[in-house]
Parts: sequence; C-alpha cells; structure tokens
Amino acid sequence: MPEIATRDGYGTGLLKVGKNPNIVALDADLSDSTKSQEFGKAYPERFFNVGIAEQDMISISAGLAASGKIVFASSFSIFSERAFEHFRNTVARPKLNVKLCGSHAGFKTGEDGSSAQCIEDFAVYRSLPNVAVISPADAVETEKAVEFLASYKGPSYMRTTRAKVPVIFDSNYKFELGRGVVLKKGKDAVVFATGPLVHEALKAAEELDKDGIKIYVVNIHTIKPIDESLVIKLARETKAVISAEDHNVIGGLGSAIAEVLSKNSPTQMEMVGVKDTFGESGTPEELYEKYGLTSKHIINAVKSAIRRKSK
Amino acid sequence: MDTKALENKAREHRIEIIQMIYDAQSGHPGGSLSAIDILTALYGYKMKFNPKKPDWEDRDRFVYSKGHACPALYTVLADHGYFSREEFKKFRKLGGMLQGHADRKWTPGVEFSAGSLGQGLGFAIGIALAGRLDKKDYKVYCMLGDGECEEGAVWESAMAAPNFRLKNLIAILDYNKVQQTGKVKDIMNLEPIEDKWKSFGWRTIVIDGHSMKEIVSALDAAVKDGPTIIIANTKKGKGVSFMELNEKFHGKAPNAEEYKKAMEELNA
Repeated sequence: MPEIATRDGYGTGLLKVGKNPNIVALDADLSDSTKSQEFGKAYPERFFNVGIAEQDMISISAGLAASGKIVFASSFSIFSERAFEHFRNTVARPKLNVKLCGSHAGFKTGEDGSSAQCIEDFAVYRSLPNVAVISPADAVETEKAVEFLASYKGPSYMRTTRAKVPVIFDSNYKFELGRGVVLKKGKDAVVFATGPLVHEALKAAEELDKDGIKIYVVNIHTIKPIDESLVIKLARETKAVISAEDHNVIGGLGSAIAEVLSKNSPTQMEMVGVKDTFGESGTPEELYEKYGLTSKHIINAVKSAIRRKSK
Repeated sequence: MDTKALENKAREHRIEIIQMIYDAQSGHPGGSLSAIDILTALYGYKMKFNPKKPDWEDRDRFVYSKGHACPALYTVLADHGYFSREEFKKFRKLGGMLQGHADRKWTPGVEFSAGSLGQGLGFAIGIALAGRLDKKDYKVYCMLGDGECEEGAVWESAMAAPNFRLKNLIAILDYNKVQQTGKVKDIMNLEPIEDKWKSFGWRTIVIDGHSMKEIVSALDAAVKDGPTIIIANTKKGKGVSFMELNEKFHGKAPNAEEYKKAMEELNA
C-alpha cells in the first residue's frame, strides 16, 4: 500500500475544487504544512494568508462566507482551537459556510511534541451545534471529503494528520457524510475506528483472523453526525464494541458511540485511544506503541470485549 | 436627511432606546446612547441599502461589533422599515426577534452575530475582501467599542486590513471612555489611540461623535481612501445626565424613577 499523509489529500482536494471561482482559502501562515499552499499558488487572488493570527482568520472567514463565498480555512488543529470561541460565535452560531481544517492532529504528529499533538478537537468541535466533524482515514478519503464539503452548506471541522498513512481507498470511493464504511465484515466484535486507527484496525483484523476471531472493521469518517443506525445495528449483532481513535478517550469517537449505545442498546465497550494524558516527542510509531494506539492494542481490546460478553 | 433632521431623529431614537431597555428591564443603555448619533447618520445619510431586500448584494454593510449596545441599532433599523417598532416590546424576550445581542440569524438588517467582542472587524475585513473579489463597490462600516480594543483579536484585524489594502473598509471607534467596571483609562489605557491605529497603517479622522456636522463630514471623507478609522469621541450614556460617563449604566436598565427622569430630560 502506498503511504500518503491525509494533509496531502486536503491539498489536492482543495486544488481540485478551486476551479470553482466562488471558493476561497485562508491560512495562518502554515500553508506549506497544512497543504493549502497548492491552492494558494494556483489561485493567489483567492488565497489569504492572514499571518499568525488564527482568531482573525476565523472572523475573516465568516465575513467572506456571509458574502456568499465557500470558505476553506486551515491551520494546525491545535491552533484552530485558539480561535475556538470565534468559530463558535461567529461561524457556528450563524451557520456560515466555513470549512475549517485542522492538520497535525493526534499523536501522529510525533516529534513536534505535546504542544501540537491535539487530542481534544473531536470533543470540542462536536459539542458545537450546526458543525459537522470529519476525520478521514486516508488521503483519498480526505480529497473526496473536500470535494463533498465544497458543495455542502454549513460549517464543518475536518482533521488531518502530519505523518503518512497507508492508502485504503481507490479513486472510485464516494464520501457520504454521516455514513460509516464497513471495510471488513465479521461476527465476534466490531471495531469503530477513525483516522489513522482505521489502518491499525484492519491490521488487527488480519491477525485476529488467524486465531479464528472475525471482527467488523468500520471506518467512522464522520464523528458528527455519527452513523447511529450502523452503530446500533452492529452493536446488537456482535455485543462487543471497540472504538479506536488518535484522540483522548474523553469526548471523542468512543464517547460519541457510547452516547448512542447507552440510549438505544447498552453494550459494554473497550476504548482504544489516548488515556487522558498529554504526549511527548518521539516518532509516531514510538508514541503509538507507548500510548496504546497500535493494532496490538486493538487486538487486546477486542479479546477483552469478547471475554466480557461471555461473562 | 439634513443635519437638523438627523439630530431630531437621534433624539427620538434615544427615547426609544430608554423605553426598550426599561420595558425589558435588561440591556445596555450606556453604549447605545453613545453610538446612536453615528448610527442615525450612517443609515439616514450615508449608507445605501434596501429594507425590502435585506440581502441585496450591492448594499453597504454595517458590522456592529459592539453588539451589546444593540438597542441603538434596532431603533435605526425599525425606523428604516426592516421590522415593526412593535418588536421593541419583545426585546430580550423569549420568541422575540430582537436578541440580547444583535444577531444576523434573528433580525433582518443585522449583518453580524455579535456578543463576543473583538470579532466584528475581522468579519468586516472578510466582507470587504469578498466585495473586492466580486468587483462590487459597496462599503463596509464597522463600529467598535473602546473597551473592545483591549481584545487582542482587534489588533490582528487592525494589522490585516492595511496589509490587504482594503479601500472599502471604514472602522468607527465609539470612544465613550467607560467600560463595564469603570473608566477605560483606569482599567487599560488605550492612549495614544490615534497613534496606535496610525502606526498599524490606518488613515485616522478624529471627531466629536455627538456632533452631527462632524459625523457627516467624517463619513464623507472616510470613503475616499482606506482603510480609515473614524475615532469618535463620545460620552457613554450621552443625553441622560445621570447615565453619562457612569459605568453603572453599562448594562443595567433604569428603574421607574430613573426612567421618568430620563424621559423628562429627553423631552419625551
């Protein structure tokens, strides 16, 4: 499998949709990192580098959107949070057409250390009414999500990652907001994974196959609105649910699934994710190993979930 | 409207502002009274807009960043026919269109969902950039409060507008000298405020924000080249003696006795 970072998918997606003269893009001087720079080179008159000023970026984005523009704004996910209240009050509340992209999220950020390793963006953005929250698994899905967002009306937050991840989807892939994607069918347990953990979950499924354990692997690319019916259906079918995300176990995908299940079909869960701790410098692989985000950790969680249901 | 008519209109608006806040027993009289002369002139003299088509693409935009002082904006918008004065009675009430802070989702004619300071100027920059991209000749006016200038985000926007060479953007500072808990100069002195904006690359015009003549000529001068900021020296609570420069009336409604006295002073 070739490996491409999801932020590169953002760059190519933005470049593609950029043909639409109504699309504008903004960045807070990180465009070579977020990859919005390709759009900036192709359409300089519609690209605004606001300097290192995330709050201003969000307010300006809102004004452009209120004037009919389709606005893509990007920064590191962590710095987008600096403008969180701007996004809440000036974008989300009036439901303006601003698509925020936070790159360099999660422990995949690696060497930059804990200041940049945003592990709470799902939690904060999904708590905002009107805002769709998207977390693509690979570069193809990211590109397709950008194409989708260009025609979607309303505010959104999408997270991308810095490090390369294996490409899972081919160019025929269609992105549907709020629809989980079953990548592998099973019967003993279901893993709902998002972002780079989708690949880890697929690896875990292969290993478990060898032991005769068959699991569902579902790519949840939309954290909000979450695919309630699929979550309920597969939880009822397997009675063993595992969430997997490069995000704090508080407030993210695991919490979103637990909210759905506790209301509709209470099911014991295992949550693979960051265990409410800040990170440190290291390679993404080292961090995934140390903080429990690898296929091995998913395998352990699956086995534990299966043991618990037989009790 | 000529200057005399504008002055008269502003006096009527002051009465409506006091009435609206008294009826609601909640709201921000001080900043409404300091801003009302300028708002009256903007809508009555300078801006082009169409209340029958609030979304008219070529309209001039007014971004009211100090949205807590919305009663002033509501009186002006109602006067120009965006909605009925009957709505004043439902100001800050459940189900009413006049929210406690001006909000574009609720009220026709309101461009900006305010309530959190430091975000209007950036929003106005966005509209100005869109206007330039679309080759429109509309102007974008943005009123800021003085206490608001303590927000760092204001200065991000102050830096950006001249960098983007926005000629269609006019900021107006309602420099009413008082914020929620006291005098601006005691809490976080802004001086030398004109030098600050100048050094960020803005053209500045300093006026008496309660002189209709000076307001009108500043608005005429401002649209020639930009970005320009009109620094309007005003008085918080202007027009009601006991509210003037009195932080107690930043966000408090008058009681029955105060209401009566205010109305007498305004010749209601």
